[in-house]
Amino acid sequence: MAFGPYLLLAGLEGLVTAAVLALMALGLSLVFGVMRVVNVAHGEFYMLGAVLAWWFASLVSGHPALGFLLALIASPMVVAAIAFAADRLVLRRLNYEPEATIVATIGLLYIIQQLALTFFGPEARPVQPPFDMRLSLPWFGYSAYKLAVIAASACLILATWIMLTRTRAGLLMRATQSDRETAQAFGIPVDRVYAGVFALGAGLAALAAVLIVPIQQAHYLMGQDPLLLSFIVVIIGGLGSLRGTVVAALLIGLSDGIISMFFSPTLAKMLATLLVALVLVFRPQGLFGTAAR
Amino acid sequence: MTSTAKAVSLHLCIIVVLFALNFLLPEYHRGILSRVMVLSVFAMGYNLAFGYAGLLSLGHAMFFAAGLYGAGLTIYHLGWSAWPALAAGLGAGAILALVAGFLALRTRGVAFMIVTLMFAQAFYLATLYFTTYTRGEEGLVLPQSARNLSFPGANLDPTVPATRYMLALALLTVILFLLLFLVRSSFGRALVAVRENEERMRMLGYDVFANKLAALVVSGVICAAAGAAYAILFGYAGAGFASIQYSILPLLWVLLGGAATTLGPIVGTLFMFYAVDVTSSYTNAYMLVVGIALILLVLYFPKGIAGAVRARWLPWLP
Repeated sequence: MAFGPYLLLAGLEGLVTAAVLALMALGLSLVFGVMRVVNVAHGEFYMLGAVLAWWFASLVSGHPALGFLLALIASPMVVAAIAFAADRLVLRRLNYEPEATIVATIGLLYIIQQLALTFFGPEARPVQPPFDMRLSLPWFGYSAYKLAVIAASACLILATWIMLTRTRAGLLMRATQSDRETAQAFGIPVDRVYAGVFALGAGLAALAAVLIVPIQQAHYLMGQDPLLLSFIVVIIGGLGSLRGTVVAALLIGLSDGIISMFFSPTLAKMLATLLVALVLVFRPQGLFGTAAR
Repeated sequence: MTSTAKAVSLHLCIIVVLFALNFLLPEYHRGILSRVMVLSVFAMGYNLAFGYAGLLSLGHAMFFAAGLYGAGLTIYHLGWSAWPALAAGLGAGAILALVAGFLALRTRGVAFMIVTLMFAQAFYLATLYFTTYTRGEEGLVLPQSARNLSFPGANLDPTVPATRYMLALALLTVILFLLLFLVRSSFGRALVAVRENEERMRMLGYDVFANKLAALVVSGVICAAAGAAYAILFGYAGAGFASIQYSILPLLWVLLGGAATTLGPIVGTLFMFYAVDVTSSYTNAYMLVVGIALILLVLYFPKGIAGAVRARWLPWLP
């Protein structure tokens, strides 16, 4: 294959990574921005989304699209409900203190991981893609499902953006984000907003996982790498900046796809992490964030 | 008794108890305790940065691993003996802490957490990339002959369990009293003040950056000492010790035991080890038990074990 098509393939693979990463990082960014909670268990919500997707899909016999559709709806709902309960039972009682919540979410991480290992098992399990089609480009064939993932992720990000900027719920979230106490003084039920945001964030991670699970398999340790990547994305993009998060996800996803196709993946990751660290050192507010107040 | 006398005698008592345990404990528990002592030195180093100076780093695994590899690689490839290898480990930790601190301390809060995490991740990936020298996840097994620590008049072999226990205890004693001295010195007080109110300290004329950097370097060197000691005492250096997990573990141990207490890291490390050990003998779902324990502890003992003891009964506890 010539250089051009090779680059195109790498770019497409990178776009798929970026699409999923953007969704997951969006959830992390919301939780981080509105609640100031560093949610270490975010990767486990992602993993839980994938594992539940496998379970729901295996319940339905017949056309794989039916099972996938059920998983797409039910899995994020269940994960959001679990996150809601975790917020109510644990995080709220800790008053959202940064250090205490880190330890609590590490605890949550252990619990979810162990439950997944016990009930799901250590092996990786596939989910059938809803449709099996190959688009034949002049140089190589490409899975249409992967392109659908990119489109679906773009739609979901747009929907989240509309929700945040055009609806009452979004207004409440933004008000809570910019000043918690003033929001409370104006009668905004901050507690409920927090629980809702935590559930929404987890739901977005689960959605990302359901989309990716026909491409990668569901595995109980699959949450670790995406967690680190989404932290990078959130920080590079700037806290609470939706536009920044999306642009950073594109940047990281694409460069990850392209660099690791041409160089040793380990070296690529090493250089990328160092680069990210240096960006942060010299521009701590992220590339798109405004300076901290 | 003054609070200084109380504090020093309490620490001496603990060292004496640990010394006596060498002769009382069965083999299995003595092995665990040797490991706990080395790793609680790691936690104590972390505590200086996190507990006292308020620097929530998520990258201390790189300092531990710098010591581990500084000692391990020089023994394995250059055939150095244990003492120079230990020095190489400490040196590697100091240089790395100086460079990482110089860059990372330009940031604060969440950005600092992520920058340290990234540096540690880059270090971890480097240990995998140079797999010809480090043998990656599989790790290096150090030859027994090179691990002997020669003292004037004696040659101590760390493969003998009792000797290993005593060497670990010696390291713990040195670091414990060093930290007890440091946190009660003006330097330690300045660190706590920086943690509580950075702006005020700057206004009072303190060089906040220099104080933080010093705290991070001392912390890094102590963690490197733990790493180098681990390599020499247990004869193994692997990339697993540089992974994120080993950056989160000291945070966990310190928070459990009590941040900004000198004894907290030991208590926390010991507690965690036995929590995993006891539960894994009843069920193989030990992560579940540990997870639940963590959440309960943070809900009901937010200051950690030693912190709760200090708040309720012993206000003089350092």
